[in-house]
Amino acid sequence: MKNCEYQQIDPQALPPATPNPPPPPRGPHGDRGEEPTAPRRKWQVFPGKNRFYCDGRIIVARQSGVLPLTLGLIIVTCGLFFIFDCPFLVKHLTSCIPVIGGLLFVFVVITLLQTSLTDPGILPRATPDEAADIEKQIDNTGNASYRPPPRTKEVLINQQVVKLKYCFTCKMFRPPRTSHCSLCDNCVERFDHHCPWVGNCVGKRNYRFFYTFIVSLSFLTAFIFGCVTTHLALRAQGGKGLMFALQESPGSAVELVVCFFSVWSILGLSGFHTYLVSSNLTTNEDIKGSWSGKSGEDVSNPYSHKNIFVNCCSVLCGPMPPSLIDRRGFLPADESVQTAAVDTELPTLATKSVCTQGTKGLLESATIPPLLSASCPQGKPHSARSCPDKGPAVNPDPELPTSCGRRPAAGSPPARHAKARAKKSKRAAQRVPNPSLDGPVSPASPDAGPGSQAGGHVGATFASLH
Amino acid sequence: GRSFNASLLSSFNIGITGLCFKKVKTHSLQDLRQPAVSSKVFVQRDYNSGTISKFQTKFPSELESRLDKQQFEETIQTLNNLYAEAEKLGGKSYLEGCLACLTAYTIFLCMETHYEKVLKKISRYIKDQNEKIYAPRGLLLTDPIERGLRVVEITIFEDRSIGSGR
Repeated sequence: MKNCEYQQIDPQALPPATPNPPPPPRGPHGDRGEEPTAPRRKWQVFPGKNRFYCDGRIIVARQSGVLPLTLGLIIVTCGLFFIFDCPFLVKHLTSCIPVIGGLLFVFVVITLLQTSLTDPGILPRATPDEAADIEKQIDNTGNASYRPPPRTKEVLINQQVVKLKYCFTCKMFRPPRTSHCSLCDNCVERFDHHCPWVGNCVGKRNYRFFYTFIVSLSFLTAFIFGCVTTHLALRAQGGKGLMFALQESPGSAVELVVCFFSVWSILGLSGFHTYLVSSNLTTNEDIKGSWSGKSGEDVSNPYSHKNIFVNCCSVLCGPMPPSLIDRRGFLPADESVQTAAVDTELPTLATKSVCTQGTKGLLESATIPPLLSASCPQGKPHSARSCPDKGPAVNPDPELPTSCGRRPAAGSPPARHAKARAKKSKRAAQRVPNPSLDGPVSPASPDAGPGSQAGGHVGATFASLH
Repeated sequence: GRSFNASLLSSFNIGITGLCFKKVKTHSLQDLRQPAVSSKVFVQRDYNSGTISKFQTKFPSELESRLDKQQFEETIQTLNNLYAEAEKLGGKSYLEGCLACLTAYTIFLCMETHYEKVLKKISRYIKDQNEKIYAPRGLLLTDPIERGLRVVEITIFEDRSIGSGR
């Protein structure tokens, strides 16, 4: 077969596809102004809207959303629990209580941080060569109509036709179940949703952390709620009354309010995600109704293993895929000149304070691309669907009736009505189909129109979510 | 046909030489160690079995002159099998997952996962294939992990042989 003498390529001698780590990696801190020969790591030229800390070890979305609030609420509530309730309960009941509480608290905080600080499954953008190759294919198959051919490709997965869309930003056909998050400006594999409470997208790599977080948070909230109720009941015994008990232990009042309003939404969210896990669906697919068989088509989820146990295991206990973006790898010397450093961030160990914007500003910027649209399945009480409605911050504060609201509620509805109204508007908003879910998802406030009309005044906070 | 391929290669050549090599290409002995990139072929993912990592085994026409179809298919099939091994759902991966969950996933910080071990195996296999089969034919396989598991990139280098009519 070899009639010509081909020059043997020595793979070691070539400047390659794989970057050669330059000898002394001087800390790339503040490298932007230096000469191109300074070794740069890939996170410094990462084109998406992410921030990196610890020299690329930690990745967060550009807007941390209300993550500081989530973390603060959890820490404050647990702190009050340990200070006010535990001493009394240890004396009167059992010393297991602070132990269980402590374990749950540690578990919740660790999984929360892992959800926020892990790469959710970001797909690196296509190289210029790949993009050119794909463009060529698209142009060659274009027909002679005056409209450009739709940039979708159909594949057959388990006898189901699935359309793969072309991502204009990342210059590639998105793999199945991948979606482009406009907040982070990345394509994320097995995209579930962008969670403002966690300040990150939830995707293939961190879904299990997210699920563990919400389940353990449900346990923690229910546990604290139960303990506080027991504590106050014990104190109020002997005819002393609830007011007396609350005066003796004011922290318990705060905990009671926070837990009472949050336990329902968090339990609902856990229930919803348990349903998603058992049927191997993502929030995005559930909202869009991709596999629900609308319009009389015979569709079923092609990714499901048709067995609840196997679905759960594969989603939660499957192999942990590696991060594809190789944040800490070094750029090859010739590429560092060409790669556009769109948004490089100087590394800093101090987390920026996002709360300075104020909660209203946070809510306005914190939108979740796929939102409540489809009908609630069988009327289950998990009204907090794609909207990770972490009650703790939501209900006690009348200005934040929902986690997903793009616009804060007009005026200040009384706190006791906020929850009822929030539930009502959630249900109403869910019936509004969200038209803008195709293609690159973008927070579009004009889309809030139909939703807010359907949901009424406070409904705006939910439906406006995009 | 061939003329199409030739024009394709030349357009690629124009487009990408700037990206890859900065050295001037002259016909000297020194340059034999750094051949110019002629074009790149991208083997795309095969999604017919779902979202698992699998590449198409269809033989690209640009490689017809350089490589055996069977050789190519064998390489890609072995890669597919290795990725399937990495992503296999079975007792071992479930055990790893459950253990990780119990420790709040902190073991991921200290332990190398099964997937990572197989990825190392894959990169060794690709290196081996490059040395034995692809480099002698003026080709270079790029590890798909360098391309986000999107494509298997095969770089075709210019044919420096004397009197080649291709």
